[in-house]
Amino acid sequence: MSDLAMNDNLDDNTMIKAPAMEDGNRGLHYEENLLWEKERADRPGVDFPQPEGMKLRTGFEARGDIGLPQNSEPQTVRHFVRLSTWNYSIDHGFFPLGSCTMKHNPRLNEKVARLPGFAFAHPMQPASTVQGALAMMYELQNWLATLTGLPGVCLTPAAGAHGELAGIMTIKKAHEVKGNTHKTVILVPDSAHGTNPATAAMCGYTIRSIPTRETGRLTVEAFKEALGDGNDVAGMMVTNPNTCGLFEKDIMEIADLLHKADGYFYCDGANFNALVGKVRPGDFGVDVMHINLHKTFSTPHGGGGPGSGPICTTEELAPFMPSPIVIKDGEEFHLEEDGERETSCGRLRSFQGQFGMHVRALTYMLSHGGDGLKQVSEDAVLNANYILSQLKDDFYAPFADSPCMHECIFTERLQKENGVTTLDVAKTLIERGFHPMTVYFPLIVNGAMLIEPTETESKDSLDRFITVMKDIANEAKTNGDILHENPVSTPRRRLDEVQAAKEPILRWKDAG
Amino acid sequence: MSDMQYTNEHEWLKIDGDTAVVGITTYARHALGDIVFLELPDVGRKVAKGEDFAVVESVKAASEIYAPVTGEITAINDNLPDNLDDLKEDLDKGWIVKIKMDNPSEASEYMDKTAYETYTAGLE
Repeated sequence: MSDLAMNDNLDDNTMIKAPAMEDGNRGLHYEENLLWEKERADRPGVDFPQPEGMKLRTGFEARGDIGLPQNSEPQTVRHFVRLSTWNYSIDHGFFPLGSCTMKHNPRLNEKVARLPGFAFAHPMQPASTVQGALAMMYELQNWLATLTGLPGVCLTPAAGAHGELAGIMTIKKAHEVKGNTHKTVILVPDSAHGTNPATAAMCGYTIRSIPTRETGRLTVEAFKEALGDGNDVAGMMVTNPNTCGLFEKDIMEIADLLHKADGYFYCDGANFNALVGKVRPGDFGVDVMHINLHKTFSTPHGGGGPGSGPICTTEELAPFMPSPIVIKDGEEFHLEEDGERETSCGRLRSFQGQFGMHVRALTYMLSHGGDGLKQVSEDAVLNANYILSQLKDDFYAPFADSPCMHECIFTERLQKENGVTTLDVAKTLIERGFHPMTVYFPLIVNGAMLIEPTETESKDSLDRFITVMKDIANEAKTNGDILHENPVSTPRRRLDEVQAAKEPILRWKDAG
Repeated sequence: MSDMQYTNEHEWLKIDGDTAVVGITTYARHALGDIVFLELPDVGRKVAKGEDFAVVESVKAASEIYAPVTGEITAINDNLPDNLDDLKEDLDKGWIVKIKMDNPSEASEYMDKTAYETYTAGLE
């Protein structure tokens, strides 16, 4: 820290002066100790009065030191507020993390989620007292069914990967009911999110990989080879558009072949932001898919809420979905009881799912309307193509022969000639005030940089990012060694990821 | 090392009688980045050609290592998990498993060093 300005005025802290950043991340950063390191042994955080005539049952004298830090309330508040300034979120600035759809969370969502009827509803209240909340969930089910073209909707999965689990459990249950015990294989392209093969393995399936490295897309030929006679194939898990940001052009033919072999098509909905209002996945052969409410319908990581991953299914698969779903009976709504739908693959979690996320997603849908949602995906695709077109001469773009969907992909190929890697580009973006893109994913693209701008970024914001990326490409050519040093202005520089993985320190230990 | 053979999936193998000694290539090592973990199979396990038998994990990703031949694993390199720097194209220190081949002719289809170098140059 010797090269950074220090300030002794702040009790036990150091101020770090960071240079001006392109993306508004300027000013003072605070160095901050752990709570344990801040405390002083001679100064308790709170003074309790000595109770008269009673035996003291709390505090150091009665119980001995149990190793909790002794800090006062203002010290504790400042500690956490300072730490929070180290965080970077979509509310700070541009967050082009590919495959994560880090879009702005409209504050109207928050206002509606705080309406007392939603915010204070308890999951154990009788259905008759929460008819409005259940009607809201039912309406969300209808919107999702309309947007996906898949009529069965179950809102309970609590995250994207949980939705994948729900989807594959649904497929497994359907095969069980049909007596298809010989179907033990799930096909997964090698560009898939890691959660796809992990989900299939969790459900007891064997994974057969479909190679896509050549073109970044699934081909009918590679699919046929992986399918074989199809006898052992229970289904396929495909993300469309895929993790290279490309629409799978042959998907209908592939889905037909899969269906002829009595397999089901699971679509990973991670990239649904490119399709909403434009394409209904049910129309290109999908049997079941999950929707990341917290991506496609706002509230991304660190921008609103926990995850929420409802699934949508065909009429054929709907009987096998997890329970509970919201049912409308005349004018009354109720949540399914356990066992009410005998063919269900069962209950995945307590209660009804991430209710607060359901409110926010429906608010987002209603405030945009059908035409607004269509514009969302059109603008998301436009923004990604703008970045692709502006940077494709500076960074190698492996699939730039056709437009991309909502995200675009570059590699380190041009920079590597000067010894500069994808990691150097990412770390330099941090130095220049931007959150990096997704790096080294998908695995089929060497040194991948996957950029997803989302529709909520202005052209000005995209232009600032493009300018910095062009600067980095130029620096790589002329003065690449500097890039290996980045970041220099952050409270910590490059961390030793190898040691962190090999010898993790998982709890605080007294150095003395 | 010139008589090593190489697979599309970046394993090397060296044939010693009816046994194949298997490791991963220098190219794979560089592509993976810093390696933090290696999971070895049990001795005695039967593997089919193309089946994954070990997992190597780096700071970037976890990757499977595939058996280039069908047979039984007769030895594993216990030394490797604690000495990951040795995991390289090195017959003495870098081998991962030895596989007693059911069908030695399977080993004849792989690339020699020159062909493998041409192959990896095309991947960049």
